[in-house]
Amino acid sequence: MLFSENFKIALRALRANKMRSVLTILGIVIGVATVVALLSIGNGATASITSSIQSGGSNLLTVSPGRLQMGMASMGQSQQMSHLYYNDFELLERTLTGRAESVVPVYQSSYQVTFGDESFSTTVSGVVEEHAQVRSFSLADGRFISEGDNKSHLRVAVLGDTVATDLFGSFSPIGKTISINGVKFEVVGLLESKGAGLGSPDDIIFVPIETGYSKLFGDTANYNGRKTVNNILVSVTETGEMDTVSAQIAYILRRAHELKPSEEQDFNVLSQTDTLATLNSVTQTLTIFLGAIAGISLLVGGIGIMNIMLVSVTERTKEIGLRKAVGATKNQILTQFLIETVTLSLLGGIVGILLGVGIATAFSVMGLISSVITVDSILMAFLFALAIGVFFGLYPALRAASLHPMVALRYE
Amino acid sequence: MIQAEGLTKVYQMGESEVRALDGASFTIGKGEMVSIMGPSGSGKSTLMSIIGCLDVPTSGQYSLDGVSVESLGERGLAEVRGRKIGFVFQQFNLLARTSALENVMLPLTYAGYSGREREKRAFAALERVGLGDRTHHAPNELSGGQQQRVAIARAIVNEPTILLADEPTGALDSKTGVEIMDLFQSLHRDSGQTVILVTHDAYVARHTDRIIRISDGRIVSDDINPNPIKAGTAREE
Repeated sequence: MLFSENFKIALRALRANKMRSVLTILGIVIGVATVVALLSIGNGATASITSSIQSGGSNLLTVSPGRLQMGMASMGQSQQMSHLYYNDFELLERTLTGRAESVVPVYQSSYQVTFGDESFSTTVSGVVEEHAQVRSFSLADGRFISEGDNKSHLRVAVLGDTVATDLFGSFSPIGKTISINGVKFEVVGLLESKGAGLGSPDDIIFVPIETGYSKLFGDTANYNGRKTVNNILVSVTETGEMDTVSAQIAYILRRAHELKPSEEQDFNVLSQTDTLATLNSVTQTLTIFLGAIAGISLLVGGIGIMNIMLVSVTERTKEIGLRKAVGATKNQILTQFLIETVTLSLLGGIVGILLGVGIATAFSVMGLISSVITVDSILMAFLFALAIGVFFGLYPALRAASLHPMVALRYE
Repeated sequence: MIQAEGLTKVYQMGESEVRALDGASFTIGKGEMVSIMGPSGSGKSTLMSIIGCLDVPTSGQYSLDGVSVESLGERGLAEVRGRKIGFVFQQFNLLARTSALENVMLPLTYAGYSGREREKRAFAALERVGLGDRTHHAPNELSGGQQQRVAIARAIVNEPTILLADEPTGALDSKTGVEIMDLFQSLHRDSGQTVILVTHDAYVARHTDRIIRISDGRIVSDDINPNPIKAGTAREE
């Protein structure tokens, strides 16, 4: 007996109980849609994180305070919060000449920013001129922070795209005066949008770091009478020397921080690759976790299908008896019911894929996350639905196939 | 050609054994029209299921066209049912929402005929039972008598050795029953079809040339019926 005939029988049986069939496949539809949507959104998130990190340049080392510990165990211990100092930056800048293209300090904090009636909180980042080049920023309008701004402690600001839009709408912000934490700054530049990515990179204001220390950051930027920084960015001249430079930075800073050999570092040096690896492992864990939840819903859907197929086998006992009486073998009955279950689960799979692609596309269209729909994820969802059909269809089909023809015919 | 020798069927019902069939022996030749008669519980259904290869005897020999069925496995029995037996049931047992033509084609599908051949043969069988104009009707669009005709068409479509009917008129009114009996008689007379009727109704049995009576799993009589009733003759008890 041909596959197409079994398929026809299956469709007829499913059409006979339309409502039941629809409800039965709902579990599979939801499960598959979730898998497809999650994978697409996960892929999109990973891609955008990767591109936003890589846009910073592959030769960038980021020095930040704190111990490199992924676990939470040490967080609660009464270790003093470690700091990076402006001195550390000056030291690195002096000692890394030749190996580093540039070394730049960053101090950032959150402040209230106001223009006219608009007022909200955003990240204000104190930087130097080379920052734009190290982070490969491009300007949409005006200029970036200059060396002169820093020398003269000028109150000038460069706005990220989101901040500019929120404050000024579609008007040009250049030349306008905004107030950051009550201090007036003149807007001199506007950055091009970096697009959606990790931690909204456009929601930021850049000011000269020296101006920041003297007029904005106040005491919070001091520790033990020394100016602190949040990060020191080092752009390494030769990409091949990343590890060497990283080790050198560690050596210099350990000495500067007077750490004993037995003590752990109170700072860490991360390359873009390290950051990427960390973030990717996080997104991967998240995707697997969410995928497992979707998997459970597929499992539940599969059990639902099995349940209905068992009911169907019981209802059609007489039909099975008749088919056996006119010459159907055990295998032919088994195949018929298996194909019926697989048809159900594949229908659910196809509807689920369409729904999942729809959800992922909706996410993109709404600008939440630019999801990436891959053939892989669709294929995987499809095969998963198929496997569920076979797995959960086998038992009911075996029950049908092993019915004794005489008993089945006499079943009422 | 059916040869049965000492057929015994024992069912295990919990602790006790039930001897549904207890040493039945008989021979039915090609082209005969026989009825197997007995009250309910007599073992006639069990006998029918063994004759129809739906079941195998616990002991005894049963051979069909010289082939002994005890040795056949599940697959072999299915094939014998598909090729040599045509079943007609009291409740018709047609597939719902399936046209008469497709119902009749069912045995041919399992026997592996090509689509075109199936359709041709199914058409011919429906023509034979007088339903050439109802081929695309579903069972619920047909009367009881018409449904039983479709079932008979399905039973003869694979040109079986035996046409085996289990109370074929039991679910029909007497007038329609007569029409069905007439159809069986004409299949027997015109095509030389072997027909076995299983029934508890003496009147139905008297339409056949030979009556085998069964009681408590044993054959109590096996007589030639010299003057079979011609279908349509008034019923008299």
